[in-house]
Amino acid sequence: MVESVGTPILQAPPAEGAKDQHMVLNMGPQHPSTHGVLRLVLEIDGEIVVRLYPEIGYLHTGIEKTCEAKFYQQVVPLTDRVDYLGPMANNLCYCLAVEKLLQLDIPERAQWIRVLLTELTRLNSHLIWLGTHAMDIGALTVFLYTFREREEILRIFESVSGQRMMTSYFRIGGLAMEPPLDLFDRIQAFIKTFPEKIDEYSNLLTGNPIFRNRLKGVGYLSPEDAVALAVTGPTMRASGIDFDLRRDMPYSGYEKFQFRVPTRTEGDCWARYVVRLDEMRESIGIIQQALDGMPGGPIKADAPKIVLPDREKMKTQMEALIHHFKIVTEGFNVPAGEVYQGIESGHGQMGYYVVSDGTAKPYRVHMRYPGFATLQALETMCKGRMLADVVAVIGSIDIVLGEIDR
Amino acid sequence: MGEALQSTLAGKQAVLEGLPEHPAVKAINVWNPDALIGALFDRGELTLTIVPEAIRAAAATVQTAGYNAFEDMTAVDWFPSEPRFQLSYHILSHRYKERIRLRVMVSGTDPAVESITSVWPGSNYYEREVFDLFGIRFDGHPNLRRILMPEDWVGHPLRKDYPVEGYR
Repeated sequence: MVESVGTPILQAPPAEGAKDQHMVLNMGPQHPSTHGVLRLVLEIDGEIVVRLYPEIGYLHTGIEKTCEAKFYQQVVPLTDRVDYLGPMANNLCYCLAVEKLLQLDIPERAQWIRVLLTELTRLNSHLIWLGTHAMDIGALTVFLYTFREREEILRIFESVSGQRMMTSYFRIGGLAMEPPLDLFDRIQAFIKTFPEKIDEYSNLLTGNPIFRNRLKGVGYLSPEDAVALAVTGPTMRASGIDFDLRRDMPYSGYEKFQFRVPTRTEGDCWARYVVRLDEMRESIGIIQQALDGMPGGPIKADAPKIVLPDREKMKTQMEALIHHFKIVTEGFNVPAGEVYQGIESGHGQMGYYVVSDGTAKPYRVHMRYPGFATLQALETMCKGRMLADVVAVIGSIDIVLGEIDR
Repeated sequence: MGEALQSTLAGKQAVLEGLPEHPAVKAINVWNPDALIGALFDRGELTLTIVPEAIRAAAATVQTAGYNAFEDMTAVDWFPSEPRFQLSYHILSHRYKERIRLRVMVSGTDPAVESITSVWPGSNYYEREVFDLFGIRFDGHPNLRRILMPEDWVGHPLRKDYPVEGYR
């Protein structure tokens, strides 16, 4: 066994130049504003945060280890449970990684439906962020409004996959099944009214003096620190770094969509709020383009040894039945190699690193989730600020502990 | 690159000839050609294998060459072959809109490698995670403690000789 080096948190010596005894305050793991089970150990000088240590691992379930014992296709439902607020984004990232290993081409229709549903997932994720963030600050009302819209998104997910949260709708090689006939009309109806809803949230918050004062100038993160600390996504873009994987390294057909990447330069909680609100508006634009230009054709790749056959074919054709039996019982072999696939999820850059040794089970699956890296920047953002600002900052970086602990 | 994107370039020589203008390949070759012991361009991804002693300096070199954003770092356990552990660093360039992978092979007996936290402070948690789950030591890391497992945990769960159900 390898020995740890470093200081256990609670025995940390007081920071240099401290006049009085500092107090060590424990916050969490059961605390309403830590968005799950995050524990923070804070060293405070009166009300001022001197040091801050996040303690994580309370939700660690060893998903990466579990993946090594499953067939490639059996990993898909595990990915839903990592970032449980953005199931489709997880599915997409994993499927793209394995498809890259297999060098599999995905039909255009499947790609477009993937983009459509991933953007809906982003809205879902941002709605939860907005509701809980506002609730942390004390504006309870917004939560009820955002969850009203989120409910409709979950109903759409249910109609498409049979599940509200753990969708597993994207599969290696395409989609699980053809979406229901009324899906596109339903999404169209939803996004028709959604811009008004964003204005409604904005009316409740943007002009609210308490909300503004709690966010403006709080939790500053410089662009240099954002890059150095591996912070990604809206938090990075609020610090003035103009980089978005959807635009700059497109995947799954994103290069065919026109959208703007909102950025701000203030780098504080307020900038992060504005960036995410703008992102929701841009997502609506992408969804509209996907609906307007939705191509026809198959939703699964033409790879009978990898993609499960349609139910109908399986019951009428011997070949299809054999393939189905083989895939379910033995899986499919994936050529040896390693790939890293990054996508832009609601929280930032998500990445799956999949290593294959040529068998039907992944040799190693590593998941890079944005929250894990963003948490490192928490101390930089909170140092020297008031204790109450910590709550505002945690809300503004939009973390999900499921993805941090995996 | 164009054509090269579709093909596979295996081996240091092939990559040096196939991608001579690649900023990261060029920078490492100018800095210290001996530090680069292998290279692979496969499925559109470039992997550069670095000698374990030089990883921190290699990271600093690619950082200067425009690969400014550390994205991810993890390990793979190739038990029982030797060198046992593979460390994969994924580094992104905001300028070139491209990602490279630095690979280091580490021996299974007393695995240790230099920390890159002085180049990218953001690798802090990632190195702690690898230390926790694989038991690889990172020299020069400011706070190398377990991060996901409890402090008093015995063993390193992501090693291949660690049973899925845990030790009984």
